[in-house]
Amino acid sequence: MSLSAKDVSEIMRLVEESTFDELLLEIEGVTLHLRRGGGHSAPVEPAAPREAKRPSPAPADSAPPSPAPVVRAAPAGDPNATPVKAPLLGTFYRAPKPGAPPYVEVGTAVEPETIIGIIEVMKLMNTVRAGTTGTVREILAKDGVLVEFDDTLMTIAEAK
Amino acid sequence: MAIRRILIANRGEIAVRIIRTCRLLGIETVLAASIADRDSMAARLADRCVCIGPARPGESYLKIDTVVHAALAVAADAIHPGYGFLSERAALAKLCEEEGVIFIGPTAAQIDAVGDKLRARAEAEAANVPVVPGGAVSSSAEALALAVRIGAPFLVKAVGGGGGRGMKRVDRLEDLPEALSLASTEAGAAFGDARVYLERYVERGRHIEVQVLGDGAGRVIHLGERDCSVQRRYQKIIEETPAPGLSASLRTRLHEAAVRFSNRLSYRGAGTVEFLVDTARDEFYFLEMNARIQVEHPVTEAVTGIDLIAEQIRIAAGDGLTLQQADIRIEGAAIECRVNAEDPTQDFRPSPGLVRHAQWPDGEGIRVDTHIETGSRVPPFYDSLLAKVIVHGADRAAALSRLRSAMTHTQIEGIHTNLRFQSEILANADFAQGGVDTGFLARLLESPSRPHAETTRG
Repeated sequence: MSLSAKDVSEIMRLVEESTFDELLLEIEGVTLHLRRGGGHSAPVEPAAPREAKRPSPAPADSAPPSPAPVVRAAPAGDPNATPVKAPLLGTFYRAPKPGAPPYVEVGTAVEPETIIGIIEVMKLMNTVRAGTTGTVREILAKDGVLVEFDDTLMTIAEAK
Repeated sequence: MAIRRILIANRGEIAVRIIRTCRLLGIETVLAASIADRDSMAARLADRCVCIGPARPGESYLKIDTVVHAALAVAADAIHPGYGFLSERAALAKLCEEEGVIFIGPTAAQIDAVGDKLRARAEAEAANVPVVPGGAVSSSAEALALAVRIGAPFLVKAVGGGGGRGMKRVDRLEDLPEALSLASTEAGAAFGDARVYLERYVERGRHIEVQVLGDGAGRVIHLGERDCSVQRRYQKIIEETPAPGLSASLRTRLHEAAVRFSNRLSYRGAGTVEFLVDTARDEFYFLEMNARIQVEHPVTEAVTGIDLIAEQIRIAAGDGLTLQQADIRIEGAAIECRVNAEDPTQDFRPSPGLVRHAQWPDGEGIRVDTHIETGSRVPPFYDSLLAKVIVHGADRAAALSRLRSAMTHTQIEGIHTNLRFQSEILANADFAQGGVDTGFLARLLESPSRPHAETTRG
C-alpha cells in the first residue's frame, strides 16, 4: 500500500481541522511528516541558524516577544528504549545540511557510532551518536530548535 | 535599546537577587543553569530555565559559547553575568558585542584594562591614584634590586590573579628568588599568565573599597565606601558601610581617587575600586578594580536606597546615569554577614548537603539575600555562600545590635555553617569598636582564649 497525492491532501485537511500541530505517519516504509504553521520546519542556513530564531526588531512600544518555545522533550516511557540525550545545549539539526536527508528516521537501524544528528553551538557543529545498537523508535527533538543539555533527542529500541 | 528579556548566567543568591530586580522592572528572566541547579530557587523564580550543561562549572557556567548561544536562542536582549564565573571575562563581553547581545557590565576593553593587574597599576598611577610601592619584575636580579628599594616584607602577586588568589608573602630578601619562580609557575598554571609583580606587604592595613557607577561616556559617580577588612584568607566574611573611624578627609580622598581611576577608563556600569588603607599613616593604596557587581553590594543599597542591579540594567540599556553625585545620600550604617556552608571546626571545610531546616531572620532593617530554604540542596560544585544577612540602622551601634539579634534568629539544620563563628565575631570587642585591620580574623582564630565549642551541626 502507498499514499496517493489525494490521500495526502485528505490527511492534511484532517490535520488542519484537528487540534494537533504535528503528525508523523508511517505506513510500510512510507513516512509522512506534517507540521502546522511551518514556523520551525523550514530548513535554515547553517551559517546563521540562530538568526532564524531572532525576533525581528519590534517597535519600542510593542509587548515583549513571548519566550521561545520550550522543547523539553518528555522522557520516553518505554523501558525497552534507550534515550539519546543531548550532550550539550545548542541548536539540534537532524541533517548534515539544509535539504539533505536526515541522518536517521524512525525505524533506522543504528550502531553506537551512528551519527543521529548535530548540535550547533555558536557555529560549531557537534555530532551526536546513537551510543547503542538498535532501531530508532521515536524522534523527540525538532530540527533547528534549541535543545538543552540532557534533553532526550530520540529513543533507540535496543536490538535483542 | 530596550531590555525586555535577560539571560542570567549565574546561580545561587545573586541569580535570585537579579530576578527580583528584573521583576520590579518588568523584565523577563531566563536562567542559564547547570543540571545541578535545575531545581534551585533561582530556576523556580525565573520565567524560564535552560539547562546549559553538567554540574561542573567548566562544562556549564564557564562556557562562553554555550551561554551566548542560549541567550540568542531564547531571544534575550541582554546577559547578566552576576559575580564570579564569566563576570570578568573580556571574551564574553567581546562575543556579546559581536553578536548584538547587551553585556550588562563594562566593555571588553575595560575588563582587560583592570583584569591585568600591572596594567591596572599603571592606569592608577596615570590617574594620580597612589599604588603600593613595587612593580613588574622579569628577572630575579631585577626583583632583588626593586626589593632592596621597597624593603621587606613583600608580596609576590600574579598579574592575572586577584581576590587573594596568586599571592605569596615573602619576609626575607634571600627567600625572594625561590618565591618568585614558584609564584610564576603557579600563576602560569592557574591563570595562563606567568607574569608576576612585587609589592611591599603592608602589615596592618584595612580593605576599603568604593562603589562607582559610570555611564561609559565619561561621567562617574561614587556611592560611598565599604569596609571589608574582616577576611579569612582573603575571603570577605563581614562587610559594612560607612567604614568606621575614617577621618573625613581620608574618606573624601578615597572617593575621589576611585572616581578619578574610573574616569580614566570612561568606565561603564557598576564597579568597585579596592584600596588598602593604612589608617595609622592616613594613607591609602590602589589594590584593584572589580569590573562587576560585588557580593557585598547590598550594604551600599541599604544606606543609599539605590538598587545597584537596576542601575546596571539602565546603564546597559543605554539610559546612561540617571543619578547625579548630589543625589547620593548615605543614611545610617549597614553591615552584612555572609552565611557559608562550611565547618569552622574543620578548617572551614565546605559542607554541602540537604538543608533540613532553614529559618532566616526578618523584621525592620533586616534583609536576607539567599537561595536556600528548607529542603534546598547545597551542591558540592560551587562556592559555599548560602545567604547574606544585611542590616541597616540609624548608626553603626544600632546596626550591630540588630545584626547580633538577627543572627541568633537564623537557623540552618542539616549542614554545617559559620553562623556561630559569625556571632562570635559580632560579639568581639575589637569588632564592636570598629576599624579592625585585615589581620583581625587570623589573630582571633589563633587566640588561645577562643572557645573550641563548635561541634554541633547547625
